[in-house]
Amino acid sequence: MIDVKNLSKSFGKHLVLDGISEHIAPGEKVVVIGPSGSGKSTFLRCLNLLELPTGGNITFDGVEITSPKTDINAVRRQMGMVFQHFNLFPNMTIRKNITLAPVRTGLMKQDEADEEAKRLLDRVGLGDRGESYPSQLSGGQKQRIAIVRALAMKPKLMLFDEPTSALDPEMVGEVLEVMKELAHEGMTMVVVTHEMGFAREVGTRVLFMDGGKILEQDEPAAFFDHPKEDRTKEFLSKVL
Amino acid sequence: MSIEITWLSKLGAQFQRAFLEGDRWKLYLQGLGVTLELTVVALILGVILGLLVAIVRTAHDQQRLDRRQNPLLSILNVICQIYTTVIRGTPMLVQLFIWTFVLLPAERNKVLVGFIGLGVNSGAYVAEIIRGGLMSVDSGQSEAGRSLGLNYVDTMRFIVIPQAFKNILPSLGNEFITLFKDTSLVQAIGGMEMLYYAYTIGGRTFDYMPPLLGIAAMYLAIVIIFTWLQGRLERRLRQSDRR
Repeated sequence: MIDVKNLSKSFGKHLVLDGISEHIAPGEKVVVIGPSGSGKSTFLRCLNLLELPTGGNITFDGVEITSPKTDINAVRRQMGMVFQHFNLFPNMTIRKNITLAPVRTGLMKQDEADEEAKRLLDRVGLGDRGESYPSQLSGGQKQRIAIVRALAMKPKLMLFDEPTSALDPEMVGEVLEVMKELAHEGMTMVVVTHEMGFAREVGTRVLFMDGGKILEQDEPAAFFDHPKEDRTKEFLSKVL
Repeated sequence: MSIEITWLSKLGAQFQRAFLEGDRWKLYLQGLGVTLELTVVALILGVILGLLVAIVRTAHDQQRLDRRQNPLLSILNVICQIYTTVIRGTPMLVQLFIWTFVLLPAERNKVLVGFIGLGVNSGAYVAEIIRGGLMSVDSGQSEAGRSLGLNYVDTMRFIVIPQAFKNILPSLGNEFITLFKDTSLVQAIGGMEMLYYAYTIGGRTFDYMPPLLGIAAMYLAIVIIFTWLQGRLERRLRQSDRR
């Protein structure tokens, strides 16, 4: 589904991603972990070109998205993204937050989008909040709505950039629950997170990044129980 | 004691001559009309120019999410940067003189020259106000819009500009007040606004004090009214934040 070849990214002289090659197959739930500054968020943000790679190329469903000829908006419509700080639009109601993109991009008519929003909100237990504004919601509710907003575009792939890092501890569970459901439905997911429990339970593959490289990867059980690299062992001993 | 009385009785006559004699008060009102006209037209011109410049400059700075470096945009951006730098780095009166004696020496309607001079000047400040307002919106907002597949224009129109508006409107009010006072500079190029009439009447009656104090009071009164209106508007905007 996504093919990353020799991806590199530098900010000025600072090399953040150092020649990453990776393949993500449909239905996979790839969890990316690593110390801060290891480049994992940048890697994720390169996948939908929120960061422009300085080298290498990325192919999504046969389309080379790093090519200047590709319509990047059309590609982004097929990839949902959930941010650490939710980034809901404070000037709109929840319903409008969810329906804006499907309606403006011509995916749905307003009434269809409204119905879809209602259905998705019911699914995450927020069916009665459609006419609320983001400022009236808790962090956990905001993040569940951010997930719904991305799902309303019917994406083929969901990218999660530390979705629970900005939440109060008591609200982490409700967001992870929604992500688990999504995973069970077969959504392809790439998740940057510090939630090792989630990585072990939901992930089909864990990537460990450090210094702009993928140092080690494996199935969650093998990865957490028998890490091979010293750097991985050291990291895991600190976070587990 | 007798000195004070003479002074007071003279004052009445001075004001009589400056404002009432020959219906001179009508001239002040005529001048005030031109002053307000100058302010409004220059502000409209300034907002149009400022909006264009701000759009070019922010579009140029935000190309990151579109990947492509548009060479035309780069050229326009440099032109806009030169414009704001030159206008904000030179005195308004010098600019007005340049318009009058260098760029438009044949134009006899000095109020028209005033419109252009003030408008072009205001545009540079308005551009910075709008640009500041747009930049004050968290970059996560446009990232979220773009990640949903919305294009640049839709992201600006539905997400960024409505949020920037609240930060822009109060500063635009301040620009209006500044501009209103700066219209008095148009007197120096012969535009017949409020100061022009006060100055002329002062010359004719050999007494500058009453006309100048009179128009100072008029400027002040209008600025106070406008500041009050602006305060009300800001409170209104803040209320909608608390929703």
